[in-house]
Amino acid sequence: MTQTTDQNIKKTVKKLVLVVFAMFGFGFALVPLYDVFCDITGLNGKTNTEAATALIDGVDESRTVKVQFISRTAQGIPWQFAPMTNEISVHPGEMKLVKFYAKNESTRDIIGQAVPSVSPGVAAVYFQKIECFCFNHQPLKAQEEVEMALQFYVDPELPEDVKTLTLSYTLYDITAKVES
Amino acid sequence: MTTEAIHDSHDNHDGEHHDHKMTGIKRWLLTTNHKDIGSMYLWFSFIMFLTGGAMAMVIRAELFQPGLQIVDPDFFNQMTTVHGLIMVFGAIMPAFTGLANWMIPMMVGAPDMALPRLNNWSFWILPFAFSILLASFFMEGGAPNFGWTFYAPLSTTYSNGSTAFFVFAVHIMGISSIMGAINIVVTIMNMRAPGMTYMKMPLFVWTFFITAYLLIAVMPVLAGTVTMVLTDTYFGTSFFDAAGGGDPVLFQHIFWFFGHPEVYIMILPAFGIVSTTIPAFSRKKLFGYSSMVYATASIAFLSFIVWAHHMFTTGMPLFGELFFMYCTMLIAVPTGVKVFNWVATMWRGAISFEVPMLFSIAFVILFTIGGFSGLMLALTPVDFQYHDTYFVVAHFHYVLVTGALFSIYAGAYYWLPKWTGFMFDETLAKAHFWCSLISVNLLFFPMHFLGLAGMPRRIPDYALQFADFNKWVSIGGFAFGLSQLIFLWVVIKCIKGGEKAPAKPWDGAEGLEWTVPSPAPYHTFETPPKID
Repeated sequence: MTQTTDQNIKKTVKKLVLVVFAMFGFGFALVPLYDVFCDITGLNGKTNTEAATALIDGVDESRTVKVQFISRTAQGIPWQFAPMTNEISVHPGEMKLVKFYAKNESTRDIIGQAVPSVSPGVAAVYFQKIECFCFNHQPLKAQEEVEMALQFYVDPELPEDVKTLTLSYTLYDITAKVES
Repeated sequence: MTTEAIHDSHDNHDGEHHDHKMTGIKRWLLTTNHKDIGSMYLWFSFIMFLTGGAMAMVIRAELFQPGLQIVDPDFFNQMTTVHGLIMVFGAIMPAFTGLANWMIPMMVGAPDMALPRLNNWSFWILPFAFSILLASFFMEGGAPNFGWTFYAPLSTTYSNGSTAFFVFAVHIMGISSIMGAINIVVTIMNMRAPGMTYMKMPLFVWTFFITAYLLIAVMPVLAGTVTMVLTDTYFGTSFFDAAGGGDPVLFQHIFWFFGHPEVYIMILPAFGIVSTTIPAFSRKKLFGYSSMVYATASIAFLSFIVWAHHMFTTGMPLFGELFFMYCTMLIAVPTGVKVFNWVATMWRGAISFEVPMLFSIAFVILFTIGGFSGLMLALTPVDFQYHDTYFVVAHFHYVLVTGALFSIYAGAYYWLPKWTGFMFDETLAKAHFWCSLISVNLLFFPMHFLGLAGMPRRIPDYALQFADFNKWVSIGGFAFGLSQLIFLWVVIKCIKGGEKAPAKPWDGAEGLEWTVPSPAPYHTFETPPKID
């Protein structure tokens, strides 16, 4: 093998190893990229994680949107968790308050965390929460029960073809994560 | 050093090379010879093929009739998962790497791979990877049971405890593939004989060149994915856990960003093999060489922008579904170019039907069937019906078994005389071909109907109306499994002896590998050949 071939081989190897590391990094870069992409497009039905300020503009009374509430508990959390209103009709821009009921049915203290998701996904960014129990951890002592409030409005910019919004909450046990 | 000293004290060299060939196990452990490493890759992949095949037999035995009779559902899931992992990473990919190791240096007129020690290492870490994976069968909780696609949260929250073994095994397989791919690219870029320009390279070399780039681009992404699964499972991160702000659908995006190029990693080399064998037995030049190169490159490029067609049912927006549907269907264009070129190569050729050609023709026809069912799956509206049914199973087995595997057989039979120096037993090899051809269609074709009728995949039990077809499928499965033992017989017989093979046993064959004697000497092309 000649000297130049040897040098060329080293050069190519260096470049390729660089590509390998770059692509390994790219795999991880996909995580924040996906979040940004979903934030803009509402692709994965995630709603804003921060409270919206109350809307100043008027209410669009020409339209009515149906908002449905569903809830489920993730595996391993012994809570009762259900919306107290299953469905309401709202005008876009109109403020509404609904409540969810939760009860810790176990004999130990548990910290819960509700994670919201809106379907259809395109509507997620138009669902604005002014106050939501999902913004905070929800600690419940053994056998304790609580009514939790959700104050929201639907942005009047909501695309015309969306007539029904489904808001789904999944409740997770995050006790171990908080304590560690 | 001692070997050199002995050689130097020898006055009467026989004029041949100093082989420095060590004896016994050390020859294989420490070898840096591309032919030795190629052989080890091929043997390893065949052993893994039989291992994964044995698991397929368990699956088909359980599905022979409705109800649960032989294994429990959890073990059934372990079987489907590990069968998939072994066939993808243990059988098909190492078999291709073995062929690349054996043939690429000889085809480009190089004395060896560019990085021989790395080559040794990339092979020898593989047995460890699969030992880790297979060892998990004997541990509490058993082997991975979340599907070879290891979707979160199945592999994280609901894991049976095998996730760590799975992740480390995949890491090692990935490192091995990446090193093998770097070696292939470096060899092709720097070690070609003088005068062999890129557009004069055999198409076999081209397809491996492009495949190696795909591997370098996506195997690190797979490594990242399994790392995220590992930290999610054991270290409390929340990449894919909604409770901590992650998203399980993100897993599918990252996985399939690797996964779709991965399926082309398993088929592009197959295109290279049949593009070598079909011209040889048609006694014509390959039709449309440059269009073949460009088609391969376009398929490789398109593979990066179609991944979400695996995820049509995850609730994507309409625009996304349309984008991925059209991009996927676009792949049919370069693939069609290839199939057209193979048929055009055979057109008015002086065709003879030796065993490598039989496998190649079967490849063209059956791979095309797999391509068509792929087109059907690409249609978003109907994919909702086909998703996760046996139709998908039929599709990917047509492209991977009658596609990739048949091409490997074509290549193995084509180069076996070059490797062993003997002609293989034609009668036995034909028996292998016909038994495989008939049983493989009995095995996979009825799966199309089962899938269209709604039988879900990865389920150990099924509704009564699927019983008849499943019985036939299982019989086909057992027959196909047994047929592969004929191949083992042919190979062992061929190594032991037979009719002496001339340097070029196929009169239509072209390429530098046929200019050296059979069996190929331990060292070839130490002075590069001249290419005009």
